[in-house]
Amino acid sequence: MGIKLNALTKSLWVFHLAASPCNNCDIEILDALTPRHDIERFGMLLVGSIKHADIILVTGYVNKKSVIRLKRLYDQAPKPCLVVAVGGCACTGGMFRDGYYYAGPVDKVVPVDAYIPGCPPQPEALIDAVVKVINKLKGK
Amino acid sequence: MKILFYYVIFPGFLFTAAVGMLASWIDRKVTARIHWRVGPPLLQPLYDFIKLLSKEIIIPKGAARWTFLLSPVFGMAAIVLVSTMLWLAMLEPDNAFSGDLIVILYLLVIPSIAVIVGGFASKNPLASLGASREMKLIMAYELPFILAVFTPVIKADYAIRMGELLSFQLDNGIIFLRYPSCIIAFIVAIMCMQAKLTLVPFDAPEAETEIMAGAYIEYSGAPLGIYKLTRMMMLFTVPMFLVITFMGGIIFEGWHILWGILKYVALLVIIILIRNTSPRVRIDQAVKFFWKYMTVLAIVGVCLAFLGR
Repeated sequence: MGIKLNALTKSLWVFHLAASPCNNCDIEILDALTPRHDIERFGMLLVGSIKHADIILVTGYVNKKSVIRLKRLYDQAPKPCLVVAVGGCACTGGMFRDGYYYAGPVDKVVPVDAYIPGCPPQPEALIDAVVKVINKLKGK
Repeated sequence: MKILFYYVIFPGFLFTAAVGMLASWIDRKVTARIHWRVGPPLLQPLYDFIKLLSKEIIIPKGAARWTFLLSPVFGMAAIVLVSTMLWLAMLEPDNAFSGDLIVILYLLVIPSIAVIVGGFASKNPLASLGASREMKLIMAYELPFILAVFTPVIKADYAIRMGELLSFQLDNGIIFLRYPSCIIAFIVAIMCMQAKLTLVPFDAPEAETEIMAGAYIEYSGAPLGIYKLTRMMMLFTVPMFLVITFMGGIIFEGWHILWGILKYVALLVIIILIRNTSPRVRIDQAVKFFWKYMTVLAIVGVCLAFLGR
């Protein structure tokens, strides 16, 4: 395993992309940063700018308005950059999948590396997904 | 050759980077412990830096390409030079040139100016906002900082060389414990240091909840890594500057080395405590704080120094 990959897996900076969520998943993401689940001990930080991001957490159901932003932000992210779909809406569309304004689940728009089902998913599930992403990066 | 060694390896780049990373880790770890968290591992700043070096560099469309890429390098070069000069002043006090204190005061502004230039060059409204806030902050803290630093200079018989300042304190004891004027100046200097490092409460230039990352918003990959490294180096160099001007520096013999390190750690603890116990102030509040209170306090300190206190 190269030194670059080692450094990348130990310092994944997370960008939080809200593609019209109901805010439940977002609160659970913030919960992972609180003292109880403290993901900074794995070197993860929540960053404000997409240019600093290593993981994009997409929450919410992607509609025709936010799909443009999702594509644009994914293009702006410096590679290597991973995408994690958080919550039932981002994974499948959930109960809104038949809505007239629905523009497909996240993996139809950008490549997704990990899915976290749940409405909302627990912070433990989020950490589990990050472990899966790290294993994927390491090629296990 | 010797100068190159000084600049690149021992008191310069490598040493400053290593200690700066350590200081930044202490900062993050203590912050985490205050929040009742576990905090990042020891090598976390190094991981962050290596990761940022290996990431893609994106230059925004319409940005001033070379200014955008070179400004972080200038900032880092300046801070490395400051660190080299500070440590050489302590290692070989007689070797320094006259007026190096003034040169260091100038060089300490350059990292902030690099942030401003980079922010304006990146063609992003939020980056411009961050850069303009940084500019206001510089204008706010620079006058009290210079006044505060010149108070011990006045007390040490107008010693404008770092070496003279150090030898004066070697003969007469730590300067800020001796004179009331220097205590006042030291308090002002600590506040200005907090603003110089753009840490809470004076982190309006990069307030992550309102303007994302301020001037850093368009930076990615290696230039961002260099900015982060500059910040870590500043966390080491700026307190070190105050240790020399106010607290007698580090004397390199036996137990005095440990005592010198303790002085730096004490300043670092003060920085971390201020950072973790105060909210972010708005930029107008910051300017008001420095111009209304700190400058007046610094002038009082200078007047007291002239009156022989």
